[in-house]
Amino acid sequence: MRDPATVLRRMILSPTFAVALVLVLLTTFAMLRYDGFASAYNISSVLRYISMFALVALGMCFVIMTGGIDLSVGTVAAASSVVSAILSPYGLVAGLAGGLGFGLLAGLLNALIITRLKILPFIATLATMLAASGTALLLADNQTVSVSYDTAFTTLGQGDMFTAIRPEWVDGDDAGALGRVLGFILGFPIPAFIALAAYIAGAVVLSHTAFGRHVLAVGGGEDASRLMGLPVTRTIFSVYLISGACAGMAGVILASQFGAGQPIEGVGWELFAIASVVVGGTLLTGGKGSIWGTLAGAMLLGVIFTILNFENGMGWISLSAYWQSVVRGTFLFIVVVLQSRLAKPAPG
Amino acid sequence: MTNLRPMIMRYGALVALTLLILFNLAVTPNFATMQTLSVNLTQVCTIVIVGVGMTLVIATGGIDLSVGALMAIAGALSPMIFMGTLVPIAPLWLAITLGIVLPILVAGMFGMFNGWLITRFSIQPIVATLVLFIAGRGLAQVSTNGNLQVFKVPEFQAIALGRVLGVPFQVWIMLALVLVVAFILKRTVFGKQVLAVGGNERAARLAGVPVTRIKLIVYGICGLCSGVAGLIVIAMNSAADANLIGQGMELDAIAAVAVGGTLLTGGRATIIGTLLGALIIQLVRYTLLANGVPDPVALIAKASLIILAVWLQQREQT
Repeated sequence: MRDPATVLRRMILSPTFAVALVLVLLTTFAMLRYDGFASAYNISSVLRYISMFALVALGMCFVIMTGGIDLSVGTVAAASSVVSAILSPYGLVAGLAGGLGFGLLAGLLNALIITRLKILPFIATLATMLAASGTALLLADNQTVSVSYDTAFTTLGQGDMFTAIRPEWVDGDDAGALGRVLGFILGFPIPAFIALAAYIAGAVVLSHTAFGRHVLAVGGGEDASRLMGLPVTRTIFSVYLISGACAGMAGVILASQFGAGQPIEGVGWELFAIASVVVGGTLLTGGKGSIWGTLAGAMLLGVIFTILNFENGMGWISLSAYWQSVVRGTFLFIVVVLQSRLAKPAPG
Repeated sequence: MTNLRPMIMRYGALVALTLLILFNLAVTPNFATMQTLSVNLTQVCTIVIVGVGMTLVIATGGIDLSVGALMAIAGALSPMIFMGTLVPIAPLWLAITLGIVLPILVAGMFGMFNGWLITRFSIQPIVATLVLFIAGRGLAQVSTNGNLQVFKVPEFQAIALGRVLGVPFQVWIMLALVLVVAFILKRTVFGKQVLAVGGNERAARLAGVPVTRIKLIVYGICGLCSGVAGLIVIAMNSAADANLIGQGMELDAIAAVAVGGTLLTGGRATIIGTLLGALIIQLVRYTLLANGVPDPVALIAKASLIILAVWLQQREQT
């Protein structure tokens, strides 16, 4: 049953592996081609930026695994960034709790509309998307809200994880490869650390808890799950709470990283998140999903963006920023077409 | 009492619209003027035109997120043709005709591309149309380099600004489209087939309905509608900005369809309902703004309206 060859073949054929492979190849290509791509500064700023999208994509992944969708994540993140910016003068914890709390509240609203009013997730979260955008503009009075720099709030987005114990010599010219790696690990950006922790928690929950199995069962067949006596409503309820919390956290990071709560940010984040989930090999029909594939998908889309920036810097060709979306769209196209080919049972 | 339910379901949108108008007549100053009518109709026009295509797509159980991007493609392409930036075209009438026809056809072809992805690879509509949602606007931006194309061609702009019997020409386009497609949906074999596909795809296939072709056509029509809407937008503004044309249109169109009473899972659709839905959403917003309620609150009201409308319809169903 479990001979190594089969396990290996299955692993290689899995979408997660394919995405991870493409990610590694692209990153290696970029490292060789562009000076400064592998610099600690670049890596850390890319990670800092991607972490917001990765968080949103994680919540989206849970929702999609149950066969739902959450269109509200972008504007909820924006509104959360406003709330946490407003609360930032009262300290890091207040800002964090405010943003996270708003995200949970929005998730609760989604969950209630979907489970109580029995309205399709697509429409329910579309409405929440509009409502969150209105709330964000209302709270922010139609402008960006700067965060307080008097408290520790900004370290959440701008700080590094282990600065306290990070020795100075790792930044020197004679640090050597080992020193640089050590410096990188000790200088790991806090947002990326939060996102990574969330993904680890997500992966553990999905594969090692009853809730995780319920999520996949509900996505596989809601009626069948209900007949089996699984807590379907509670499961659906929870995934929208998770998605709301993830969006809220992304909002907190947004405010803290850029120093302002931004009511009109977040446009299109939901679609970026959906694209990450799909690229990562999670089926939109639910029932199947990969947490690590989603992370790889989000990072892949982020890396493509960075590579385009570097390519422009090379001066060979001048790709306008607008090519970004064309490349991303083309990429999504290739992935979904390939997936539909792979998903079909092999002949014979 | 039992007869009341289908009545409400059938005329709910109409009743809501009437109530809104009565409320405005009583409360909003200067409501019963040609100016108000004109403002509201021009603002709702493009939403209805796109909404017509969206209704057909949703009737088959699909969705089209790419409509705004297709509007941008058509809107960016048109000035390039009639201003002769691509190839100089000598007679003005020819340039304008091509500038209207070609962009609409191109948008229609992109719509067919959506349909092709969905039918050929069995990709879910929301993902398949996400491709062009992301890449489509990018294509429009790349082709114009993100620049604003300003023009002053009254002959072209007549499609939005011209008036027939005092009503803007774009409103006539909208009405014609609504009537024609409503007729097609209600009275033709094609219309029945569209609803059959949305009602139960497998059964429709077994009954001999050409499911693949139907889907290709509805996504094509949705693309054509988006193209028309894109041209109207640039004609109104006498400028084409690929970054802004049709921004967020997918949501407005879907909201209009939902409020209008079309079943979002497919199988039951009403074009007139979509027209009413768009009018209701527009009028609620106008009512709030005209009475001094700030825009963000209007946004929240719109969200509540969508939920309320869909919820009421679902109650009627069970």
